[in-house]
Amino acid sequence: MATGHDCETCPAHAQLAQMGISLGDADHLVALAGNPNTGKSSVFNALTGLRQHVGNWTGKTVARAEGGYRYAGKSYKLVDLPGSYSLLSASQDEEIARNFLLFGRPDCTIVVLDATALERNLNLALQVMEITDRVVLCVNLMDEARRKGLEVDVRSLSRDLGVPAVPTVARTKEGLPQLVQTVADVIAGEIVTKPLRVQPPPEVAQALDELTPLILEIAPGLPNARWVAMRLLDGDHEVRQALLRGELGLLAETQASPAERQSSLISIHGSQ
Amino acid sequence: MSATTEPLSAAESLLRRSDDLRRGLGEDVRDRIVSSLYGEAQRISQRAVHDEKARRWDFDQKIDRLVTSRLFGLPLMLLLLAAVFYLTILGANVPSQMLAEALFAVEDWGAGLFQTAGSPEWLTGLLWHGVYRGLAWVISVMLPPMAIFFPVFTILEDLGYLPRVAFNMDWLFRKAGAHGKQALTMAMGFGCNAAGVIATRVIDSPRERLIAILTNNFVPCNGRYPTLIMLAVIFVGAAFPPAWASVAAAATVVGVVMLGVGFTLLVSWGLTRTVLQGEASAFTLELPPYRRPSVLRILYTSLIDRTIFVLWRAILTAAPAGAVIWVLANVDAGGRSLAQHAIAFLDPLGHAIGLDGVVMLAYVIAIPANEIVVPTMMMCYLGAGMMTEITNYEDIRRLLVDQHGWTMLTAVNLMLFSLLHNPCATTILTIWKETRSGKWTALGTLLPLSMAFLVCFAVATLWRALAP
Repeated sequence: MATGHDCETCPAHAQLAQMGISLGDADHLVALAGNPNTGKSSVFNALTGLRQHVGNWTGKTVARAEGGYRYAGKSYKLVDLPGSYSLLSASQDEEIARNFLLFGRPDCTIVVLDATALERNLNLALQVMEITDRVVLCVNLMDEARRKGLEVDVRSLSRDLGVPAVPTVARTKEGLPQLVQTVADVIAGEIVTKPLRVQPPPEVAQALDELTPLILEIAPGLPNARWVAMRLLDGDHEVRQALLRGELGLLAETQASPAERQSSLISIHGSQ
Repeated sequence: MSATTEPLSAAESLLRRSDDLRRGLGEDVRDRIVSSLYGEAQRISQRAVHDEKARRWDFDQKIDRLVTSRLFGLPLMLLLLAAVFYLTILGANVPSQMLAEALFAVEDWGAGLFQTAGSPEWLTGLLWHGVYRGLAWVISVMLPPMAIFFPVFTILEDLGYLPRVAFNMDWLFRKAGAHGKQALTMAMGFGCNAAGVIATRVIDSPRERLIAILTNNFVPCNGRYPTLIMLAVIFVGAAFPPAWASVAAAATVVGVVMLGVGFTLLVSWGLTRTVLQGEASAFTLELPPYRRPSVLRILYTSLIDRTIFVLWRAILTAAPAGAVIWVLANVDAGGRSLAQHAIAFLDPLGHAIGLDGVVMLAYVIAIPANEIVVPTMMMCYLGAGMMTEITNYEDIRRLLVDQHGWTMLTAVNLMLFSLLHNPCATTILTIWKETRSGKWTALGTLLPLSMAFLVCFAVATLWRALAP
């Protein structure tokens, strides 16, 4: 596989086009995920300003917003995923978000968290981190948390989860410059993430250990093989189909090799 | 494309192995994965968040643990429901009677005024003894219970209790092969089945959504509560000492509601094994924090949005229905009124299912709206000429039992029929709008109707066989 940006011929481009997304002349693709009512739209609006476009996900009735921003000489395309509580179930919103993370392969994914309801919000973050390594947490609504007497230790979050976390108040744009900077650093490999992978119950873990190598045989180098195994154990129809059609194999081939991302200055380690 | 043939077999053998493992792990793999996820999320957030007001949050969680516990969740829910009905029955009795007295006095006064002004007999009859009497019935029977039931129900909603109900019922619906959110659309059905059918849009899977649509009718909407409450008070409550009458009546209504939920689950189960086969899908339900209900908003939403809205709909259908009944009762053909012909024709059918011709006629006339079943029955029983004052439950009991031979069987079967019969015209229209399919609309109409006839027929036959 070519290491440069030969977008027209790369299979990732075909997958993106299928979802109605073209990278255009943007350098990087960033996804924005989060639970409903976390101020995700505020983050999106604050980052993209007037440079946004609202349409529908191809073949779906769910609205899709995408926009762009420039930072330090690079242009970023930001795709706002439907708000969802998890990536497990079969709701249309969750399916869209999941498929985009899996097949759209954004260069970085921002997960917007509600600082006042961190526990519930972390469920989605943990699931996103199963699919993709390059995640930045945006701990939003910090002002509301402060008003409610909650003290959120963002550094502890970042340490436990193995990905950077940035406190923000999207409505007043507080913290957004740091967020943009962190995203750029993760994409450039200045920050190497090491996302926490939740340890399932022993009997499930055993089954995962057996399936994961089999998946890697079909799709060598697939970064989310363990997640795929977990979905198979859950009887996920979509993932089965993707496997049968050979789409996961393609995914693995186009995934950038980790060697390219070794110029790390900061390294964050997960607790696992 | 040559690359795709070789890994295909590998993929197939992988899937086969994963299916084996999946079967070995049992049904609740997802639950176990999710709970490990939640456990981790809880640990991490506890380390990261320091709450100065942690105590209140703990209190919330303690309530939640009780309200959604496996052991106490469902009994607590039934107790709350019973309390709501008890308050409604207890509180509605006196205002209903006062309203009826006032409104029927206006009828006499108005009719008298028309007569002295020299208006023809048929016009006075049609307007005052037909249209107006229908309206007076609907208002006096429906307004007081609704004015109590809706605010109390809205308080529970505002507190954040309804999502907990859905949480408690989720496993039942999943066992039936349906979506857990069906518990929510079912709860909407308690208000109005048409609203419940529209609410099924929250269910993404078309299969599970159809199940929710087809079974929504099995919970009684507020148009049917007056019928149920009246029967519970007259037949069950009256059999108890006065101090316990309201409690017994409330318990009866809760029993009917539970029976409705039972039928919902049973029919959902039947559908997933016949015409709508498939697996239940999972979903995430957010339990919002408990909030202090805001009194003004509750009064507004329950009185303006609900009570007035529902009453207005009832009035719109009651006015023409009142006219129809008056015409049926006053136009003679061969020495008998049209109503008497219709009642005589429907009587054998009614008798076979433990009811009578008047009830059958009332249900035909009340197809547009369930609210007017009781008023229609009363007007048919009272006839056109004999203007008996009926203002309280005791008068109704005397009319039904002493003059028209109602028994406990009639009351039980009327409750069953009211619970199970076809949806009202508005709901049928809504089912069609939501499914855009004549087939599903027909099934959604005829399935409940045939179940109502079957169940009532079975109960009547058994009752008569066992009765001494």
